[in-house]
Amino acid sequence: MQPFTYVPVADAAGAAARALAGAQFIAGGTDMLQLLQENVVQPQELADLNGLGLAGITEEGDGALRLGALTRLQEAADHPLLRERCAVAAEALAASASPMVRHMATLGGNLLQRTRCLYFRDVSTPCNKRQPGSGCSALEGENRHNAILGGSEHCIAVQPSDLPVALVALDAEVLIQGAGGAERWVPVEGFHRLPGDTPEIETVMQDGDIILAIRIPAHATRCRSHYVKVRDRASFAWALCSAAVALRLDGEGRVAELRVAAGGVATKPWRLIRVEQELLGHRLDRDRVRLAAVWASEGAVTRSGNAYKAPLLQHTVERAILELGGLA
Amino acid sequence: MNAIIGQPVSRVDGPAKVTGHATYAAEFSLPGLAYAAMVLATIPRGHVRSIDRRAAEAAPGVLAVMTHEDAPRLPYKQIAQRPQVDAQSGEQLHVLQDDQVRFNGEPVAVVVAETLEQAVHAAELVRVEYARSPAVTIFDAKQGRPPSESNAKAGRVPELGRGDAEGAMAGAPVRVEARYVHPREHHNAIEPHVTIAHWEGENLTLYDKTQWVDNDRKEIAHVFGLEEGNIRVVSPFVGGAFGSALRTWPHVTLAVMAAKRVGRPVRLELTRRQLYMAVGFRPHSEQHLRLGADKDGRLVALQHDVVQQVGRYEEYAETALSPTSHLYQCDNLHARYRLVEMDTNSPCPMRAPGVVTGVLGLEMAMDELAVELGMDPLELRLRNYAEQDQQKGLPWSSKELRACYETAAERFGWARRKPEPRSMREGGTLTGYGMATAIYHSDRSGGSASVALTGNGMAVVRSAASDMGPGTYTSMTQVAAETLGLPVDHVRFELGDTNLPYAPVHGGSITMASLGNAVVAACQAVQGKLASLVRAAQQGPFAGLAEDAVVAREGGLGRADGTGPAVPYAELLRQHNLGWVEAEGSAQPGEETKKYSSAAFGAIFVEVRVDELLGTVRVPRMVGAYDVGRVINPKTARSQCIGGMVGGLGMALEERAEWDARFGKVMNANLAEYLVPVNADVPSLEAIFVPNDDRDFNPLGVKGLAEVAICGVAPAIANAVWHATGRRIRELPITPERLLG
Amino acid sequence: MPEPSQNFSLTLRVNGAEHRVAVDARTTLLDALRDRLHLTGTKKGCALGQCGACTVLLDGRRVVSCLMLAVMAEGRQVTTIEGLARGDDLHPVQAAFVEHDAFQCGYCTPGQIMSAVGAISEGRTGSDDEIREQMSGNLCRCGAYTNIVAAVRDAAAREG
Ligand SMILES: Cc1cc2nc3c(=O)[nH]c(=O)nc-3n(C[C@H](O)[C@H](O)[C@H](O)COP(=O)(O)OP(=O)(O)OC[C@H]3O[C@@H](n4cnc5c(N)ncnc54)[C@H](O)[C@@H]3O)c2cc1C
Ligand code: SF4
Ligand code: FES
Ligand code: FES
Repeated sequence: MQPFTYVPVADAAGAAARALAGAQFIAGGTDMLQLLQENVVQPQELADLNGLGLAGITEEGDGALRLGALTRLQEAADHPLLRERCAVAAEALAASASPMVRHMATLGGNLLQRTRCLYFRDVSTPCNKRQPGSGCSALEGENRHNAILGGSEHCIAVQPSDLPVALVALDAEVLIQGAGGAERWVPVEGFHRLPGDTPEIETVMQDGDIILAIRIPAHATRCRSHYVKVRDRASFAWALCSAAVALRLDGEGRVAELRVAAGGVATKPWRLIRVEQELLGHRLDRDRVRLAAVWASEGAVTRSGNAYKAPLLQHTVERAILELGGLA
Repeated sequence: MNAIIGQPVSRVDGPAKVTGHATYAAEFSLPGLAYAAMVLATIPRGHVRSIDRRAAEAAPGVLAVMTHEDAPRLPYKQIAQRPQVDAQSGEQLHVLQDDQVRFNGEPVAVVVAETLEQAVHAAELVRVEYARSPAVTIFDAKQGRPPSESNAKAGRVPELGRGDAEGAMAGAPVRVEARYVHPREHHNAIEPHVTIAHWEGENLTLYDKTQWVDNDRKEIAHVFGLEEGNIRVVSPFVGGAFGSALRTWPHVTLAVMAAKRVGRPVRLELTRRQLYMAVGFRPHSEQHLRLGADKDGRLVALQHDVVQQVGRYEEYAETALSPTSHLYQCDNLHARYRLVEMDTNSPCPMRAPGVVTGVLGLEMAMDELAVELGMDPLELRLRNYAEQDQQKGLPWSSKELRACYETAAERFGWARRKPEPRSMREGGTLTGYGMATAIYHSDRSGGSASVALTGNGMAVVRSAASDMGPGTYTSMTQVAAETLGLPVDHVRFELGDTNLPYAPVHGGSITMASLGNAVVAACQAVQGKLASLVRAAQQGPFAGLAEDAVVAREGGLGRADGTGPAVPYAELLRQHNLGWVEAEGSAQPGEETKKYSSAAFGAIFVEVRVDELLGTVRVPRMVGAYDVGRVINPKTARSQCIGGMVGGLGMALEERAEWDARFGKVMNANLAEYLVPVNADVPSLEAIFVPNDDRDFNPLGVKGLAEVAICGVAPAIANAVWHATGRRIRELPITPERLLG
Repeated sequence: MPEPSQNFSLTLRVNGAEHRVAVDARTTLLDALRDRLHLTGTKKGCALGQCGACTVLLDGRRVVSCLMLAVMAEGRQVTTIEGLARGDDLHPVQAAFVEHDAFQCGYCTPGQIMSAVGAISEGRTGSDDEIREQMSGNLCRCGAYTNIVAAVRDAAAREG
């Protein structure tokens, strides 16, 4: 770990200034410290955002929910507004990491968690994301954790966070403050970028940008929603695959609103439009759900170690919709 | 006084552990302590072309950078009789002695600095250029070769058998054949390996994570050409080891060199990632079995080949054939053991080394045979029950395996099992029942202990033993308390220091069978010594009595004829103006191995739930019944058994080193991607001890239980997965890709 | 606002007492506790948040001290395993761990106990299933899990 300076910042403008001068931000520190310990990142300075007063969950006038970027995962998971109106997010958070990590980690930091790709975190191996141009070791390597969707020949790293998958199903947006002070809203679905030939660029965030909040629109809070996470052990593991579903039926029991997203299998939280289309306007029954879920892995490119993720993804999506629809 | 042996005494070191006051190796606070960090090679084979250390040397706080260019040349003297924990042939890694790189992760430099942060950073600044040579990093079972002669002599034989396996197999009416793969596994004790080396003039003190202080001292003495008398190793608490701390690893040598160089005490603690390269692991294995039986399920032929990986600079081999040699009655048997050389750090013993591997193959194949025969798997085991050790041609010193089967099956509810696979559904999930047998040979070794009876009524018992978790402190305290007739809280057991009487290795489940008897002997010796003193005295209750007229009873001495009260030790010491009296005792293995074969046994029954859609397996409950001889402390013994079950569950469902052959490296070298079980994985575990007392094996009647507890668990789970799903997964761990694939 | 700095002289509040300690910006709370304050009851198992051995309470909430910079703990209340017992009287969770043999080697134990104390005070020990889930951030390689559940259940009942 290279020496760095540490500085707490009191306001977003001050934080942006430090960032433009080369600082990286630290919030809960739970990913940053891992990256520092493994020498994956070498910041000159860490600017501590905890003084910005960005924690807390509130309801806006129109019924939308606003989640402060510095809210801890556990606080959000426990929050009645989230549990009652956005179960998928509360479930995704409750299934993230461990209680200790959840007490530390922030929502904003979770959106920016770096990949768990084994090569990214072992600095002795080539990795385009860590060291652009050095090559991707995962393509022909140990890639059971890697992505089958959204990859490129330069990178197939999974974005490993649970929360953003739920947020895509909730049609949520991220509020970002730019270095100049201007605020902008970015849909979570468009927040992460595909690796393409620049896997080191992971999100739409620019130098000096700060995440202020996440907003879940009112219409999504009227959906029922659910998160299913598949992992190698019963708890405390990143997802091999996950599915987030938000659903609203009309008076006739037909699907009026549906968003489905997948995690653990893609380079960014993956919206499954085709699955949604197969079900919109229909009543849910087991066969229809199963057949719709087959579309989940459309376009998947598999490798030696991750081919299982294609059927797993279909099955996880099927399970999530069936459970939400009371058909499991 | 009530018996103390056999009581569920709470751990005597429990309060120290739960308050954080137990001191593990890294935690000795020495004035002037400096911190070391290693630089590890990043190629699987080749040599170091150049090392640029300037940036590291210039970094703040750096006290020294040492590489092969300036490290002292060490004598690395041979130990006359290599201890069993070492590789039996080849040469241990000579650290920083030349420019060669033998495996990815070999230390190429060590840095010492004022603080940990400074040392770690300076190590990152060392720039090393390598020249690569072709490396063998792919496991190819066909490349297997027999173990060396020295390994064969140490019991790691290339072949064993009896009768005509090939011929009998050809004539067997029912046959099964299968290949099983078990990946490289890592111990991953929660405490990392760590050494503090402290030189004071010619004297060296090591605070080390080790399962054998006496051998640690001997190894370092040989590496450096020092007198053993100048070295002291201290290791009162070991934060789990499971075999990884049996031998002395290169980082200990590095710490000693570094401390010499900077003239200060130095601590070298391995990072979690480094643990995958700097200490050993359970080697990758592939095995091939053929079982032949008659229509009634009696084994007529058994063929078992085990192939394991081994490093190239030294040869570590295992007793993988031992379970097959004697677990079942079978007249025609052939087993073969082969090693595949690879450019990797050396493997080493990990809980039930070799045996867990052999049992895995055999017990999975037995399940396949039961299916082929249409027979209940438990019935098949009973039909082939080995009444004696057929390979050795010796009777068992004791064997209550039948009782294990009965007790565990009953408790588990095995009778409810429907034989057909996929026949037991519960709540949308497939349920499966599986079972397996466990066995681990029982060994003993020689050891000594001392006992001091003190004027305040305490007994202090000492031996250079270790307690990595099974409860040595507690069980030895019980043995001493019972022998001396004192309450448990009047006995203190001290261990983990080479200044104490010699103790054998804390591994292979031998501690109680070996040292327990030495503690008994030491207790008796001190009683005898006190008796002689008081008999020879001018006055006192026993003055002038004959040797056989005074005996130990009721926490003191009394007349052998039972007349008069027993006088407590402390009172006798006071009467004779003695502060304390001390004596040593030792115990050696006797002739028992010539007359008997000895082993601990177990029967494990498990229930699995398989979510077929998602390919996940969970294990709601396991029941094991064990014959481990006499149980000194059922509370701590039970903990060892459930711990073995948890370890076996990890082996069956989670653990695997993700090895990248291009780099010759374990890629998931952490605790987030190399998964071990968590609490939520193990809802219900039950361990039952069937009564036994094996006095033919040793006077205390114990057999040892740490290793047997992990044997049989993984095959029982794999067998249950078959029963649940109808799918035979022959490669561990059983993860979603295997069930969905 | 303080200036950016590489070296800090901090006041850490640990178990109710204030400690002056000189640290590097890089120093984790775990290393500060173990190597600077010699409070070695808090254990290091992975330094990456993945084992739970370093669990302490921060303002009453359980956190992994290896993923926190010591500078960021200034002004907060840190409770470690050394701060639980009152003299010779074990905290109920500590006593329950001894009683139920909820450990073997003892190395994960301080972290398990701190996590259990946190879980109980958070009111998350209502059922065995919940205890198992809540204790799953603390690895025990010795496999004492079912005993840990028994200990936590027992201690929670005694405290509640
Ligand atoms: C052992 C372990 C297991 C885990 N398991 C899971 C899991 O199962 N599922 C899951 O989703 N996550 C998991 N996590 C990841 C964890 O959720 C993330 O590390 C955490 O959410 C990151 O938040 P943080 O506040 O700690 O971020 P930090 O580590 O402080 O920061 C992470 C990154 O985000 C940047 N950043 C943080 N906040 C802001 C902001 N407001 N504006 C701009 N930039 C910002 C930082 O500069 C940094 O680059 C696990 C973590 C650990 C240690
Ligand atoms: S998949 Fe991406 S992160 Fe992984 S090695 Fe390739 S480039 Fe690096
Ligand atoms: S040392 Fe902090 S979680 Fe492992
Ligand atoms: S008691 Fe050893 S790791 Fe838990």
